[in-house]
Amino acid sequence: MSLTTRSAAQTDAKTRGAGATVEFRSVVKEFPGHRALDGVDLTLQPGEFVALLGPSGCGKTTALRVLAGLEDATSGSITIDGADVSGLPANRRDIGMVFQSYSLFPHLTVLSNVEFGLRMRKVPKDERRTRALAALDMVGLGVHAERYAHQLSGGQQQRVALARALVTEPRVLLLDEPLSALDARVRVQLRDEIRRIQIDLGITTLFVTHDQEEALAVADRVAVMRAGTIEQIGAPEELYTRARTSFVAEFVGLSNRLDGVVDESGTVMVEGVRLPLIDATTPLGPVSAYVRPEDVVFAAEGIPAEVVSSSFLGSFRRTTVRLSSGALVRIQHGATAPAAVGDSVFLALTGAAVAVQQRA
Amino acid sequence: MIEPRPLTRWLILGVVGLVFLVPIVAMGEFTLRRGLEGGYDFSRWIAVFSGGLTGEYKGVLTALGNSVVLAVVTVAVMLVILVPTMVLVQLRFPYLRRAMEFVCLLPITIPAIVLVVGLAPVYSVVAKMFGSGVWTLSFAYGIIVLPFAYRAIQANLQAIDIVTLSEAARSLGAGWTTVLVQVLLPNLRRGILSASFISVAVVLGEYTIAALLNRVNLQTALVIVSKSDPFVAVIFALLALVFAFLLLLAIGRVGAPRRKRSLTGASS
Repeated sequence: MSLTTRSAAQTDAKTRGAGATVEFRSVVKEFPGHRALDGVDLTLQPGEFVALLGPSGCGKTTALRVLAGLEDATSGSITIDGADVSGLPANRRDIGMVFQSYSLFPHLTVLSNVEFGLRMRKVPKDERRTRALAALDMVGLGVHAERYAHQLSGGQQQRVALARALVTEPRVLLLDEPLSALDARVRVQLRDEIRRIQIDLGITTLFVTHDQEEALAVADRVAVMRAGTIEQIGAPEELYTRARTSFVAEFVGLSNRLDGVVDESGTVMVEGVRLPLIDATTPLGPVSAYVRPEDVVFAAEGIPAEVVSSSFLGSFRRTTVRLSSGALVRIQHGATAPAAVGDSVFLALTGAAVAVQQRA
Repeated sequence: MIEPRPLTRWLILGVVGLVFLVPIVAMGEFTLRRGLEGGYDFSRWIAVFSGGLTGEYKGVLTALGNSVVLAVVTVAVMLVILVPTMVLVQLRFPYLRRAMEFVCLLPITIPAIVLVVGLAPVYSVVAKMFGSGVWTLSFAYGIIVLPFAYRAIQANLQAIDIVTLSEAARSLGAGWTTVLVQVLLPNLRRGILSASFISVAVVLGEYTIAALLNRVNLQTALVIVSKSDPFVAVIFALLALVFAFLLLLAIGRVGAPRRKRSLTGASS
């Protein structure tokens, strides 16, 4: 795939650089006194955009660094297109990477930064320059080729870093929280731009983030990590609507944790309402059920509650109410407030399937 | 950070300038005195430049050459050993940073005369291995400049994220040597230059170790001259100051970042 012309990139998407298969096989990474990866199995299909999502310390960045060759796996293997790359040093893996912190070389111009990888591959000077300028045009920064990193904004620097990572036509693109240092507006712009370019080039991409909105917005699949393992992997909609564990339900999107009981009918009774289970194999007994804010609605009658607070969030509003049991429930609804703080209201549950966790 | 007002800045600059200027002017005035009869002339300067440097005071020029060689070798030793070691510790063994700092700062706590007591037997071995050339003093000078050079480079290392820069370069296909030479060293230029400046200044002004190990450098030669003619010794001291200034200026020019030419050929 060449970055010189977009059409060439698309027609050439099945050749080198586009769509490699990446496989983590039982990858373990141990640091002194700490197991960062605990047998990670993950397959990225050719051209797929997979996000690793999880809280700090869950091992998502370690997984990315092991794939990049910046950390050695303690055991297990990583293959790219079937070839084991576990023993290869980082500079021979043919992987492009964008880092969380600004990583442009301060002593080089934007153009020289983008040319760097090509220079390492001994690409002739003229071709180097043409390809680097094409990559800069791709991220909309061709006019800033002669500037230095300190003359660019944070968003521009990350765009250059993206161009630099892609110009060598790597087999895999790794993004290590590249948006976390940017302000909210630029973050959304660049996020969408990354996705557009990724689709255009068809490059297999692994994206590490702790921001669920980011992961859900751009990824084909999201892998939620916890304590060095992948808790659940699936399409964003699947993760959100069919969280298999309480951790995923709590981490991906907002959830109300309510007491309930699983009975012989294979459903869970929550506040007098019977709800289907996402995991039908849940053992009988008391559980905590995770109900999404949009699955709770105001009603003329039903579960009595008192409004505690209400926040206007632009196109919608989030209201917190207290049930008679003392539990706090967040409700997501239209922008107009149906009740004032302190008012008594009634709630109903929409009946969407819920994730549950057994209670002692 | 609150910046001082221009008047305060000029005041500080003036006071500091005076501290440096007064002894230099006094030295100059001293070299122009005509002795007991009073008045001023350039007779001693004329004497030095009209044959003194090639005749009576030729030893000073030789000693100056020795000092330059010592400065160059000391800076080379410092750059070749200290910089890669510090980069390695920062990148791969950060837990050794404290130990390295302790070792590097240790020489500042040891008086030169104590160092010589320890170095004397070492230099009998050094002489057997490398001969007794004056350049071998650079090994000892490498130790005495260590605290200053370490501080200058460490300050630069802390100002840039060398871990991310080296990882970025590695992911782009660079080997470790390329990472060091093409990515890290250019960004450590300021620290390396500062370390070089201070090393050169220390070496040009060093007397104790050279004198006690019976080597001839600029300072030992000046002491010898001062015993026969204190006026000429001060002239050489002034010339040495000018020389050191020019040398540091030259190092600064060599180490300054080169302007990159733009696509259109104009300087950016």
